[in-house]
Amino acid sequence: MSKQKGILFDATLCIGCGACYEGCKQKNKLTQTNKDFLSDHLSDDTYTTIELYGDIYARKLCMHCDEPTCVSVCPVGAFSKSETGAVVYDGNKCIGCRYCMQACPHKVPRYKWETAKPVICKCNMCDERIKIGKIPACAEACPTEATLFGDLDDIIQVAKRRIKENKRNYYPHIYGLEEAGGSHVLILSPVPFEKLGYTPHLPKEPMPMLTMNAMDKIPPIIGVGGLFLGGMFWLTKRKNQIAREEAGKKKELQNHESR
Amino acid sequence: MRADKIFKFSFWKIVSVIIIICGLFSTYYRFTKGLGTTTNLTDKVPWGLWIGFDFLGVGLAAAGFTIAATVHIFNLHRFEPIVRPAVLTAFIGYSLVIGLLVVDLGRPENFWHPLVMWNVHSVMFEITWCIICYTTVLLLEFAPVILEKLNLKAPILLLKKISIPIVIAGVLFSTLHQSSFGSLYLITPGRLHPLWYSSILPIHFYISCIAAGLSMIIFESYLNARAFYSGLRLKILSELSLVVLFVLIIEFLLKFIDFIFSDKLMLLFTASMETSLFYLEIIIGTIIPIIILSNKNNRENKGMLFVASGMVISGFILNRMNVCITGMAASSGVNYFPSIDEITITFMLLVFALLAFRFVVRNFRVFQDEEILIRLISLPETEEQLEVSK
Repeated sequence: MSKQKGILFDATLCIGCGACYEGCKQKNKLTQTNKDFLSDHLSDDTYTTIELYGDIYARKLCMHCDEPTCVSVCPVGAFSKSETGAVVYDGNKCIGCRYCMQACPHKVPRYKWETAKPVICKCNMCDERIKIGKIPACAEACPTEATLFGDLDDIIQVAKRRIKENKRNYYPHIYGLEEAGGSHVLILSPVPFEKLGYTPHLPKEPMPMLTMNAMDKIPPIIGVGGLFLGGMFWLTKRKNQIAREEAGKKKELQNHESR
Repeated sequence: MRADKIFKFSFWKIVSVIIIICGLFSTYYRFTKGLGTTTNLTDKVPWGLWIGFDFLGVGLAAAGFTIAATVHIFNLHRFEPIVRPAVLTAFIGYSLVIGLLVVDLGRPENFWHPLVMWNVHSVMFEITWCIICYTTVLLLEFAPVILEKLNLKAPILLLKKISIPIVIAGVLFSTLHQSSFGSLYLITPGRLHPLWYSSILPIHFYISCIAAGLSMIIFESYLNARAFYSGLRLKILSELSLVVLFVLIIEFLLKFIDFIFSDKLMLLFTASMETSLFYLEIIIGTIIPIIILSNKNNRENKGMLFVASGMVISGFILNRMNVCITGMAASSGVNYFPSIDEITITFMLLVFALLAFRFVVRNFRVFQDEEILIRLISLPETEEQLEVSK
C-alpha cells in the first residue's frame, strides 16, 4: 500500500440511483435517516449524500484533504492522515471540543449530539477496507463511473483527460485539486461548483498554515518575553534600591549637617 | 467588613437559590441526556453560549497578570492594594471557565488527554495547557492570602521566594492564552464575518483584554467600596483609568489601520445586522469611554470612572459574543439562540462565581484598608519582618 488513494466524483455521470448512499450506510452500519435519500443531508448517521441541484446530482462526503485542517486543530490528535490518504478519526482520544467542526473548510464533521458519550462522525474512505486491498463501499456500489476509486495520481489523470476530451460537458476546473491545499476527493461538474453547494473561494494554501504561523511565534514570545520580564524586574528593583540608598545617604548627610 | 451588604435584599438571595436549583437540574440533564437534547448546539453551530462565556471569563481576568506584573516585575508598589482583588478576580474567572468547559466538552472525563496526547500544531492544545498552567499560577499567587489567615508562615516564605518566577510565568501563560483565543479563529476565514476576522486577531484579543481586565478592577472596586463603605483608593484607580484610556486608543487605532490595510473600510458603510452590531460594540466599548476618560476631571470622579469602566466591559462582552456567535451566524445559515438549559447552567456558574468572590472577600484580606496597607505594603521580606508586622 505505497501509493496514496483518492476518489473522483463526476457529476456528469451520476444518475442519482443512491447506491453509494446505501452502500455507505450498510458498510458503516448506520441507521436509515430518510426514505428519500435525495433530501437527506450529512449527519451522524449519514457519511455521504447525493443532493439534487436542478437536474445535477452532487455527492457530498469528507474531502480527505492533503493537509487536513481537522488533523491540525485537534488538541489531542484524534484525527490523523492514514497511509492510504484517508483522514481517520479515533473516538477514544477525542475530548469533544468540536474545534474540528468549527474549522473544517468543507464543513464535514458531524457530532453525535444525542448521546452522553458523543463522538465525531464522518467518512473515513473505508480506510480499513483499502488496507486489505478492497475498495470503498461507495465506489464498489456505483453502477456508472461517477464514483471512481484509485491511486490519487491516476484519478487526477482521469479527471484531466475527461475535461480535455469533452470540453463541452465540463466546467473547466477540478474541485479539490487545489482547494484548501488539495484533497483526496476530486469533483468534476458541468456547472460552477458553488451552484452545487461546494464551498467556493477556498484559499490554495493549506488552511493549517493560518494557525501554524501564529503557533510558531510561541517559542520566541516565551524566550523574549521571559528575558524582558526578568530584565525589567532586575532593572526596576535596582533602580528602587539605588533611589532608597541615595535617599538614605541624603538623610544621613542632613542629620550630619544638622548636628 | 460585612459582605452581606452586597446582598442587602433577601430578594437576591431567593433569586440566587432559584437559579442554582434550576442550574443543578439542567446540569443533571446535560450529563444524562447529552448535549443534543439540552442545548441548541447543532452541526452548523458547534460552539455557543458556553464558549462565548469562556472568552469573557478569561478576558475579564486579564487584570490578574497585568497588575501582578506592574507591581512585582516593574516594582510599582503603589499599585499593591489592587493586586489581591485582581488575582482573586482572575482566579474566579478561570474557575468559571473550567466549570463551563466541564459542561461544554462532549467528553469532559477526557479533559486530561491533551497533557499526554500532544498535537503541538493545535491552538486548542495551547489553550488547554495555558488554562491548566495559569490556574496553577493564580492559585500560587493567591495562596498567601489564605495562608496568612491560617497563620502558616513557612509556606508563605517559600512562596515569597519563588514569587518572581511565578509572576513571570503567569504573564507569559496569560499572554499566550489571551491571544490564542483570537488565534482559534484564524483558521475560519470563510466563516467569521470579515468585520471581525483579521489576520492579527490574536493581537486584537490581547490588547482588548487588557483594557477590559483593568476596567473590571475599577468596576469591582467601586461596587466593593459601596458595599463595604470603605474608602475608594481613587488615586490608584484614576491612574489605572489613564492606562485604560491609553490601551483603548491603541486598540482603536490598530483596528482602524487593520481595516485600511485589509481593504475592509467599505464594510463599515454596508447596511447589515453585523455592521450595526460592530458600531454598537465600538461606540459603547471604545469611543465613548475614550471621550469620557480623556477628561482629567472625569478620571478623578468615582461615578464617571464607574460608568466608563462599565462601558468598556460591555463593549468587550459584545465583541467576544460577536466573534463567537453573531459573526458566525451568517455563514452557518442558522440563527442560534441558547437553550434554557444553556442559560440556567451559565447563570448558575455566574452565581457560584459571585458567591465565591463574596465569601473570599468577606473572610480574607482582599480589599485592604489603607492603614493596614501601609503596614503590609508588601509581603514581609524576612522572618524578622514577619514577626515585626505581627
